[in-house]
Amino acid sequence: MRLKLIADDTTFDFFKRWRVWLGISALMVVIGFASFLIQGLNFGIDFRGGTTVRTESTQAVDVGAYRGALDPLGLGDVSITEVFDPTFGPDENVAMIRIQAQDEAEAVKAETIAKVQDALRGVAPDIKFVSVESVGPKVSGELIQTAILAVGLAILAVLVYIWLRFEWQFALGAVAALVHDVVLTIGIFSELQIRFDLAIIAALLTIVGYSLNDTVVVFDRVRENLRKYKQKDLKEVLNLSINETMSRTLMTSITTLLALISLYVLGGDVIRGFVFAMIWGIVVGTYSSIFVASTILLWLGVKRDWSKPTNTSGNQFADIDA
Amino acid sequence: MLQIDTWKRVLIWLVCIGGLVLALPNAFYTRVEQSNDARAAIELRGETPELTAAAGQWPGWMPSSLVNLGLDLRGGAHLLAEVRVSDVYAARMDAMWPEIRNALRDARGTVGTIRKQPSKPDEIRVKISQPEGMSRALELVRGLARPIQTLTGAGSNDIEVRGEGDEIVVTLSEAERLATDDRTVRQALEIVRRRIDEVGTREPTIQRQGADRILIQVPGIGSASELKEIIGTTAQLTFNPVVSRGTDANARVGVGEKLAPSLDQEGVFYTIESAPVVTGEELVDAQPAFDQNGRPAVNFRFNTSGARKFGDYTRDNVGAPFAITLDGEVISAPVIQSHIPGGSGIITGNFTVEESTNLAVLLRAGALPAGLEFLEERTIGPELGQDSIDAGKVATVVAFVAVLGFMWASYGLFGIFANIALVVNVGLLFGLLSVIGATLTLPGIAGIVLTVGMAVDANVLIFERIREELKTAKGPARAIELGYEKALSAILDANITTFITAVILFAMGSGPVRGFAITLGLGILTSVFTAIFVTRLLVVTWFERRRPKTIEV
Repeated sequence: MRLKLIADDTTFDFFKRWRVWLGISALMVVIGFASFLIQGLNFGIDFRGGTTVRTESTQAVDVGAYRGALDPLGLGDVSITEVFDPTFGPDENVAMIRIQAQDEAEAVKAETIAKVQDALRGVAPDIKFVSVESVGPKVSGELIQTAILAVGLAILAVLVYIWLRFEWQFALGAVAALVHDVVLTIGIFSELQIRFDLAIIAALLTIVGYSLNDTVVVFDRVRENLRKYKQKDLKEVLNLSINETMSRTLMTSITTLLALISLYVLGGDVIRGFVFAMIWGIVVGTYSSIFVASTILLWLGVKRDWSKPTNTSGNQFADIDA
Repeated sequence: MLQIDTWKRVLIWLVCIGGLVLALPNAFYTRVEQSNDARAAIELRGETPELTAAAGQWPGWMPSSLVNLGLDLRGGAHLLAEVRVSDVYAARMDAMWPEIRNALRDARGTVGTIRKQPSKPDEIRVKISQPEGMSRALELVRGLARPIQTLTGAGSNDIEVRGEGDEIVVTLSEAERLATDDRTVRQALEIVRRRIDEVGTREPTIQRQGADRILIQVPGIGSASELKEIIGTTAQLTFNPVVSRGTDANARVGVGEKLAPSLDQEGVFYTIESAPVVTGEELVDAQPAFDQNGRPAVNFRFNTSGARKFGDYTRDNVGAPFAITLDGEVISAPVIQSHIPGGSGIITGNFTVEESTNLAVLLRAGALPAGLEFLEERTIGPELGQDSIDAGKVATVVAFVAVLGFMWASYGLFGIFANIALVVNVGLLFGLLSVIGATLTLPGIAGIVLTVGMAVDANVLIFERIREELKTAKGPARAIELGYEKALSAILDANITTFITAVILFAMGSGPVRGFAITLGLGILTSVFTAIFVTRLLVVTWFERRRPKTIEV
């Protein structure tokens, strides 16, 4: 007896309310973007400069006492948060302390760290400093630029690749879906104020890769069906293609989510934000490859007559494979 | 129909077995690591019974490459330092001044008297009393310029000279600055490497990043501050004649003299001659030691020319004090008791044992050509790294089991084929990572977990396609063949696009992010290989044996 996620022959009409879906997506993108503009991201030290100290103690973390010990040092903006995680032992009490950048270029002075450590030892004598990370504002500025460049380049490279392999309408649809996914991911990080650091950029690029993966599989089938059913109109072909690939889309999303959820729960708090971004991205990416990428393709239309090759954009590479 | 050449079958199995054998050492990580360390030690220092026993823990004929663990998994210190390349400009200009002075002094008749004006450290300004002689003066100073001997700077000179009113301004040319910067950073890199080697930690990473930066990663070291103490000190040691000793921080000093504060006596300042008698560059050895009173000190020895200079100076100046200065601060200023001919001596000061040991290391390794500024520093405790490894292991195993179970439930026998391929896939991935000596980071583990989830995608595409082809009732063999054929373009397009993003991540990222890009990228390669070749081989082999009339996917 096989586990079936979905009936063999589905005939959902994905475009009956396409305006509604596209509208919802557009609204979400606007909300995400607005949240980013108004609230801003909770940048980690990678992007903003500063120092984070991760402490561990057998005594319960008393945020007030920690703050009391650090305030007299006059370090400017200091944030202290207790970290909870199911993987911690019973007397493992972890806190993250973030201190704003103290200098213009230099990461941090050894004396500053020593002062912070001494002050905290006064509160919890057995405290251990399991990690101390510090990034100077000079580097953090560059890291932001590199990150934006990386995401931009990835999107551009993909645009070109799909344009070469399919047609420009497909490329635009795919890229619209990508931008949708990236904006929504940034939006949720801004809305929930989850710490946004360098690893999240890696997650964003993975989302770009995954979302594309999904979109390309659907588009590949669309391309095939367009040749097979020359009489059917585009909407029917798109619906047919999405229905045919539905089972695969769900299977892959579920295996990937299974893997990621186990990492989310068991992988420790250090990479939880990173894994969260990917889980979110996969859910959004699966949705967008159907409701954004394909809808935009429907909206833009596709050249149907494959028998007469023309010199219009980019389909000369489209026939290299089986 | 379903044909695979024998040589292809053999090749596919060989690749799989090869990959798994290469991955095997990682399953016995600690044992192989100890064995590798012991072998390296035997190579260096010869055999001892303990080392031989340690080396014997892993057979020598087996592959022994391991996946490197990144700092976030092993613990250690990471520093990104910027070399203050402009420090060197000032030294170059200082060295230039006597030459310019001599050249202009010889032409006193036309240019008049000359006087050095206050200026920025990277230029020299000279005022001449007869502005009419400016053209002659410029000509003379330009005559001091030397052509640059580099590929990029060919055809240009090392200095630029221009006149401003009655002042001559000398600066380094752009080409010379570039050449100097490059030299400075390379020297700094070499000195940092020597200092870290002196301390003797395992597998440090020291590499140049961009034009003027150095990335230093040392696993196993307690904190980045500790590391900074070793590499952050410039350690320019000089021996200068002392003119006078005082307590005035703003004391006036004569030409060719400078004021240097005492290192350990607050408020004490020495007036010393700027030109050193000998510098640390002429040291051949420095060792931590104790003086006759049992206090920590550093023994040093000069090379031949340094020993001669030092000997001559001490012979001629018995009874006069001289200063031992480190980075512009006076460590001590002893009085010369007698002629010191042997070229060796001892530096005493208020040292702790640790400080004298560090100073000896710094003096042995040599001075940095310019100061370092630390832009980024990270210390990760080994416990945190171990916690991450443990959590990563559990998560990977659970993810693996979940995906395997799900595939089996969905595709039955074909699911098992895909699962075998998945196991081979992760084995191949580890094998590849070990062979290229890649570094596994925490995001890298996430990359592996993601690969586990996504690797089945190619198989899912194929199986779904076979299901579809079965519906049109062409018979199982034809359906399988068509399934592979038609799914191929989707598999390739989907994986190439993901691979593009992995490459971009690798190129733009650093550290942990790069680790993620490596596992993601290699994971794509291995998963495409296993899906297209390994599962297909399994399916075909099974089909040939059983020849089923119908198949259920």
